[in-house]
Amino acid sequence: MDATHAHSGGASLDALVLFVAVVAVACYLGGVAGSRRRGREWPLSRTVLWCAGIAAGAVAAAGPLAAAAHESFTGHMWAHLLGGMVAPLLMVLGAPVTLALRTLDVTPARRLSRLLRSAPARFVAHPITAAVLSAGGLWLIYLTPVFEAMRTQPLVHVLVHAHLVAAGYLFLAAVIGLDPRPHPPGRVLTAIVLVATMASHGILAKFLYANPPAGLDVLDVRAGAQLMYYTGAWVEAITIVIFCAQWYRAAGVTSRASRPAGTRLERA
Amino acid sequence: MSAAPLRGTRPAQNLWSGVLFGVGLIAFIDEAVFHQLLHWHHFYDLSTPAIGLVSDGVFHAVSWFATIAGLFLLADLRRHEALNWQRWSGGVLLGAGVFQLYDGTVHHKVFGIHQIRYVEDVFVYDLVWNLTAAAMIVAGAVLVYLTRSAAPVRAESPAR
Repeated sequence: MDATHAHSGGASLDALVLFVAVVAVACYLGGVAGSRRRGREWPLSRTVLWCAGIAAGAVAAAGPLAAAAHESFTGHMWAHLLGGMVAPLLMVLGAPVTLALRTLDVTPARRLSRLLRSAPARFVAHPITAAVLSAGGLWLIYLTPVFEAMRTQPLVHVLVHAHLVAAGYLFLAAVIGLDPRPHPPGRVLTAIVLVATMASHGILAKFLYANPPAGLDVLDVRAGAQLMYYTGAWVEAITIVIFCAQWYRAAGVTSRASRPAGTRLERA
Repeated sequence: MSAAPLRGTRPAQNLWSGVLFGVGLIAFIDEAVFHQLLHWHHFYDLSTPAIGLVSDGVFHAVSWFATIAGLFLLADLRRHEALNWQRWSGGVLLGAGVFQLYDGTVHHKVFGIHQIRYVEDVFVYDLVWNLTAAAMIVAGAVLVYLTRSAAPVRAESPAR
């Protein structure tokens, strides 16, 4: 591979990633300002989460970590965890669609909500579809030449990371999304899909540990696979806590609503 | 049941909350103590790859979910003042025991994913492992049986 060529290509790609990240943060901050102008405060925590999520996604796709991802499998796995798991988690908790619906003018807001209610959007946002895109895409990356291309060509690296961030966002929005959903899937189904996706991630980590991709240092791959398994499990644990907490809160609202006030503790 | 107090009800939820937490707890102990502290057995001890990878991955996911979901069910019981610690503990022992017996028989012996420890007389370790599991199952079953009626057990109930 021509190293100098890759470097110049890498630099312009870094600039592109940075540009996209700045736009994403600027749009969000513009929305926050608009919401405040109309007299509705937007939680600072959500703003911080969104900006941190965009930063995590950008760091995974560009800069020193992306460069390290071409050198070692462990570096690649850090980029994967940051871009595919941490960034989408933080971004989903930023509730960007809610902010957009609140800030946009009536016509574009209607268009957006019609788009979100459309059949294709509902199909893509369904937990099963999103899980196949996210977890299935991961298997494809490692079991096909995509992985080799990703390591040697910066453009493929950025494209694959864009896919990981987007698919991860879709999946987490389907499981723990705060944004409005016209047809939310059942919680039991969502829980099953979540467990299956976590299992797929763990199995892939062990598969990579046992079958290192050709041409890579075996010890490096093993370290990366363990990183994927154990660090991934912690991100998954946070996701489960949020999922259960949402369920717990919803169940509390239902049980309060179904009983007259003041009788809660006396009769079943 | 219409006149029964809320306190002490929900026997099934008390049981399942305990079972889920028990499965997660014992899986966590296995991973933390035997894999990471003692290094007796490991992340991946190759024997029958396909089954080993899949079953271990599924169990890791299920145990993570079970631990957290079990604790949220526990919080829900407390919120409704329906928690029965005895029945819940019985569930924990039952869940932990069944998981450990499954691990000790199916994972270790049938699939051969890994053994408890790589020594000459692994039989002793297997015996202790599976007897511990059986003891937890028996103790858990007894507690679950004793608390089978939904009668309240918490002493501080002011109504009685």
